[in-house]
Amino acid sequence: MTKRVDRRKFLAGGASIATAGLAGCALMGSGSSDTIKLGILEDQSGNFALVGSPKHKASLLAIEEINNNGGINGQQIEYFDPDPQSNNQRYLELTRRMINQRNVDALWAGYSSATRETIREPAIDPNDQLYFYTTQYEGGVCDKNVFAVGPTARQQLGIVLPYLVEEYGSDIYTIAADYNFGQLSADWVKVLADENDANVIGEEFIPLSNSEFSSTISRIQDADPDFVMSMLVGSNHTSFYKQKASAGLDIPIGTSTAMAQGYEHLRLDPPAMSNIYAGVNYMEEVPTNRNTKEGGFVDRYYEKFPDAPYLNEEAENNYFSIYMYKRAVEQAGTTDQEEVKAALESGITYPAPEAPDGEEIKLVPETHHVNHHMWVMRADEEHNVQAVDDRVIDETFLKDTVGCDLTSKDEEKQYTPQDYYEEAG
Amino acid sequence: MAVGLDLLVQFFPNFASIVLAATGLAIIFGIMGIINLAHGEFIMVGAFSTSLAYNGGIPFLPIDALPGLGRLIGAMLFAALVTALFGLLVERTIISGAIPNWIAERTVGHPVITPLYDRLLDSMVATWGLSLIMVQTFRNVFGNSLSGVPIPFGKLSYGNSSIGLYQVLLAGVAALVLVGLYLLFVRTDYGMRARATIQNESMAQSLGVNTERTYMATFALGSGLAGLTGALYAPLLSIEPGLGAAFLVDAFVAVVVGGSSVVVGTLLSGGLLGIVDTLFSNVYGTFAGRIALLIVAIVLIRFIPEGLSSLVERLRERRLEVD
Repeated sequence: MTKRVDRRKFLAGGASIATAGLAGCALMGSGSSDTIKLGILEDQSGNFALVGSPKHKASLLAIEEINNNGGINGQQIEYFDPDPQSNNQRYLELTRRMINQRNVDALWAGYSSATRETIREPAIDPNDQLYFYTTQYEGGVCDKNVFAVGPTARQQLGIVLPYLVEEYGSDIYTIAADYNFGQLSADWVKVLADENDANVIGEEFIPLSNSEFSSTISRIQDADPDFVMSMLVGSNHTSFYKQKASAGLDIPIGTSTAMAQGYEHLRLDPPAMSNIYAGVNYMEEVPTNRNTKEGGFVDRYYEKFPDAPYLNEEAENNYFSIYMYKRAVEQAGTTDQEEVKAALESGITYPAPEAPDGEEIKLVPETHHVNHHMWVMRADEEHNVQAVDDRVIDETFLKDTVGCDLTSKDEEKQYTPQDYYEEAG
Repeated sequence: MAVGLDLLVQFFPNFASIVLAATGLAIIFGIMGIINLAHGEFIMVGAFSTSLAYNGGIPFLPIDALPGLGRLIGAMLFAALVTALFGLLVERTIISGAIPNWIAERTVGHPVITPLYDRLLDSMVATWGLSLIMVQTFRNVFGNSLSGVPIPFGKLSYGNSSIGLYQVLLAGVAALVLVGLYLLFVRTDYGMRARATIQNESMAQSLGVNTERTYMATFALGSGLAGLTGALYAPLLSIEPGLGAAFLVDAFVAVVVGGSSVVVGTLLSGGLLGIVDTLFSNVYGTFAGRIALLIVAIVLIRFIPEGLSSLVERLRERRLEVD
């Protein structure tokens, strides 16, 4: 089911983004107090546009659906969605504008962890702004104001790594992007390897600017692992998959970053992503009725955005978290942020597209994270993607290891695995 | 761990990427005194044109219908040509200001733009602005990514390892480019005029060299080479508007280390930096390779600020004195 993305589609896609942007601008002027105001800061241009614009689009879909069905407690949602342009400085300015001038009731913002940290301490925490961070990330943020509803590294790697150890063997070679996210994810590979009686026999961190992988490929071949764990990030690193295929490197690869976010299996020619296993809570191909059935999430998304190239992991996270917010406001009976936070901490659940029929994913009160339904998704030689394993994986690092409990203690901190595991040192 | 054969094979792609990234920049910098910070984006134009041509996105020009390797080579040559023409346009409008001045003289009565030749800092600001505009324009027009170009030729196996044969062959293309440039500068009238213009512009002018036309041709040549680099790397990369940025650092380091002579400088810096990068990347990992590359560049700039080609120049002069 490879979807060809041609130039006309892209032109039209660009136009629809521009129109969506204008729609946002048009709404900006009409600030009235009987609407619920949401800030949606997601990248529509710049380096993160490829992965950020599905988040933006899915947010608009959720808001439109809610408004068409009578809003929240009878109130319509009004949204502000200026484009942060993948620029952290601009994120900080826009976040302050959302809080101080637009008085948003809740804020969704940012793709990378660097963006989250740019706005969290200087803007979110001083204003106690209710903030949803939805990207899959390294984990560990224990902050009263932050609801980090994307899956953590421990959840993503926790579904795919044990599966690959079972399938292929215990020798692991890690390649990861050389910054905070990649380093911490590599630490989690070590922790999970230890828990699953496997060994990390090699580890390499790749600068984000690097797009030439022949020496990395040669080092992997020398080490001869049973499988590779890849936490490569960004467009330069995408070249790795093309180059390893051309070099004939056919070792299975597990990943928390490829396919589900930047849809490499549709953008690259086969067999670049052949035998790659993604540990994710969601990607377009996740085979649940809520997702792929007629009239499901995928259908509704492409009906609203016919030219969108892909519906990615973070798009679903924005979508379900806006609905979780709706449930919390309805329960609280107000948009007062402290009361909505309390409602969110009461064990809110939602039948998200990632979960099979009859199952709802749960927002954990103590940690503000989500116990996700996780999937192992495998791409074959033709880049067809299929689910090979799935189960609910709880967020355990903050809850059990750290003991973060935001219902009883007001914290604003990020914990890292080094503080708790010898292997991660 | 890496052994001799491994290092040798790995050297080829590293040498190729440094030389191919640098030549276009080196020519424009060496002859015109322009630091083209949009160099990476010219490479991006080459990669985009290749991808569009290869996948049949160019109207009236069915390059995608060509058989076998002809399709890829046709797309690459097309891309180099497009980028050269684009460079020509940039030279006429932004670098020399000829077109805006032509219009201004007929409307406000005097030229409005002073050419950027030999104005290093000004040219950096102008071309940096151009690079920002190009990246976002391409993003708006073509979207966040374009369908790619497959890597030709399969793999080359050696020992326990293997590498894409295409990446090794690129080193041969890089060497051919350098030989071609050498012949161009030494054997042709254009080459002679270009060298005369570098040595003494006003003297060249008084001897009848149209230096403006030389500059124009030089910028188009440098742009065309950048386009060729983008074309050659299109199969290896994912085609996105930001792809040029990765080339810019390598290109600058190579030009600074190589010095003013385009062919000799680029060859020497590509060779030296390629060896350093290969050795450290293979033994200690990619990150160590980058660090080693930059340390070598810093040390060389400190002790041979004129670049490696000046070293060759000095050796040659000394030999002449001895004779």
